[in-house]
Amino acid sequence: MAENFNQHSDISAADLTRLSQEAKAEATPSTARIIWDEFKADKPALVALVVVVGFIAFVMIASLFIDTPKMMETNIMNYFDRPGTNGLWLGADSGGRSVAQQLIVGSRNSIGIAIGLTVISSTFGICWGLISGYYNGYVDWGMQRVYDFMMMLPMTMMIIVLVTIIPHYNAITLTLIFSIFYWEGTSRLIRSRTLAESEKDYVAASKTSGTSNLKIIFREIMPNISSLIIVDTTLSFAENIGVETGLSYLGFGLPTQTPSLGTMIANANDPNNITQYWWTWLPAALEIIILCLSISYIGQVIRRAADSSQRQGAAD
Amino acid sequence: MWKTILRRILIMIPEVIILSILVFLLAKAMPGDPFTGSINPKADPAQIHHLMKINGLYDPWYQQYWNWVVHLFHGNLGQSYQYQEPVTRLIAGRATNTLWLALVTMVLTYAMALPMGVFAGRHEGKLPDTVIRVYTYVTYCIPFFVILVLGIWVFGYVLGWFPTTGSIATDANGWLQTIGSRFYHILLPAILGALFGTVNIVQYLRSEVIDAKHSDYVRTARAKGVPSKDIYRHHIFRNSLLPIAAFAGYSITGLLNGSIFTETVFSYPGMGLLFINSISYRDYTVITALVLIYGILNLLGTLLSDIILSVVDPRIRIE
Repeated sequence: MAENFNQHSDISAADLTRLSQEAKAEATPSTARIIWDEFKADKPALVALVVVVGFIAFVMIASLFIDTPKMMETNIMNYFDRPGTNGLWLGADSGGRSVAQQLIVGSRNSIGIAIGLTVISSTFGICWGLISGYYNGYVDWGMQRVYDFMMMLPMTMMIIVLVTIIPHYNAITLTLIFSIFYWEGTSRLIRSRTLAESEKDYVAASKTSGTSNLKIIFREIMPNISSLIIVDTTLSFAENIGVETGLSYLGFGLPTQTPSLGTMIANANDPNNITQYWWTWLPAALEIIILCLSISYIGQVIRRAADSSQRQGAAD
Repeated sequence: MWKTILRRILIMIPEVIILSILVFLLAKAMPGDPFTGSINPKADPAQIHHLMKINGLYDPWYQQYWNWVVHLFHGNLGQSYQYQEPVTRLIAGRATNTLWLALVTMVLTYAMALPMGVFAGRHEGKLPDTVIRVYTYVTYCIPFFVILVLGIWVFGYVLGWFPTTGSIATDANGWLQTIGSRFYHILLPAILGALFGTVNIVQYLRSEVIDAKHSDYVRTARAKGVPSKDIYRHHIFRNSLLPIAAFAGYSITGLLNGSIFTETVFSYPGMGLLFINSISYRDYTVITALVLIYGILNLLGTLLSDIILSVVDPRIRIE
């Protein structure tokens, strides 16, 4: 093809490759590339990224080697062992169960639910926001009233009530119950951006040329606000870790036989534990703080990468 | 403006109706019935059957709902089984505790957030701004209940500065001592709540101040020779204050939702702790009443904020 084309023009094949290479070099780098440059420019962010990814990978793999029912067995000989005794790195709790092992399995459960919750609630919130913002008019009005109603519900209370009504709940039903109440923030953000986006010329042009609404929404508007979506998803992931652990802390998250970071912090409800046996709850509390701070920091860096005026990496 | 407020209130009515139906159905879906608590080995099943019949528990749900609503408007929320006390009286006692806690928290939040916001805006991009930005970032990210637990550990148990449970000391006599003891019990949860609830106000005020810095009236004031301190204190702050006041409504909703955690951690006998206790005792009448009250308070909080905002900011009014 290229040779054919060249017969009618005076650009040689070598010129063509050179030109296309130049064009490639000058083109805007891909989103992934921009985000990576931003991380390389900000060392603490790189550390946060390594910590989060490494920790999640470690927890997922290590928990495979832990026999959960055996771990949750009471072992009275190890009653409140101090950290470092009997080969227990972080000591044992009131049932003589290893805190370190519970921490690993608990982190896997908490992070797993947070991931599931983020995927479901963000997907729903994004679709809701896109449709509400794009169609405007009556559709938007109706969807906004549903939004208002959901915002009015006392979320924590509703979740607790639902958890008590459902007789046999597990991690999946729990994630679904959480998802009912945690899509509003995303949907509002996406809606306001979609409202602005759908007034732009490319949308109008696409409409005139007969593109279907669904295609405009998901193939044209959504890619254009993808950076916002990535940032929002990262930040809500950090938030969702707090949601699950908080409910488990109150005793309405995962069942007591399934360790979670929240149920471990709930050890602190006992005045004896909180003062004398600090190792039963403090590691879990510190872990949540470090995880949430790191994930949010990663989110901030991605937000910076999305906004070209704030970038620190790779001056363009 | 009146149109906006009226429209806003009209939209509220169906919301409250749907909420009440939802709450009612949830209460119906919970296991057990109002007489489960009074069942004992001596109770005759036929008698309980009769009791359920005369109390209308075999009626269709819409009829039961209607009866419930009629009782609601008479201020009758039923009887608590756990406390053997009318729910209205039970909640009224707890509500004062929760509202005092919320009030003190809110006063402290504003007392900290307002100077911080103005300060950060005034020194935009300099060290104080960076420090405040890091502070708001950290407080925003960490889940609130973790902070409460760490707070009660450090200040309540290790340092022993604050009481760790209850709303009043048992040996408090006289009104001065009573008020003092109550305030002392509220202080630590309120300080923690305030420290970790300033984010929205600080960020909003900061951007308002930064916008105002470059506006014409500030330039005029500067040209007339008004000292910088007075510009910030009287001109900019005065102008940014009203939108900030609108946050009060949203703060109420946030504090109410947080009250469940705060009161559980500090064993503070308010509505949040009452809710958690009622759930574990399956005290359905109390649960229903509390969910309804929280929902309506949420609604009123948002309404308040929206009204203040529409008064202050003509752009969001409905034509």
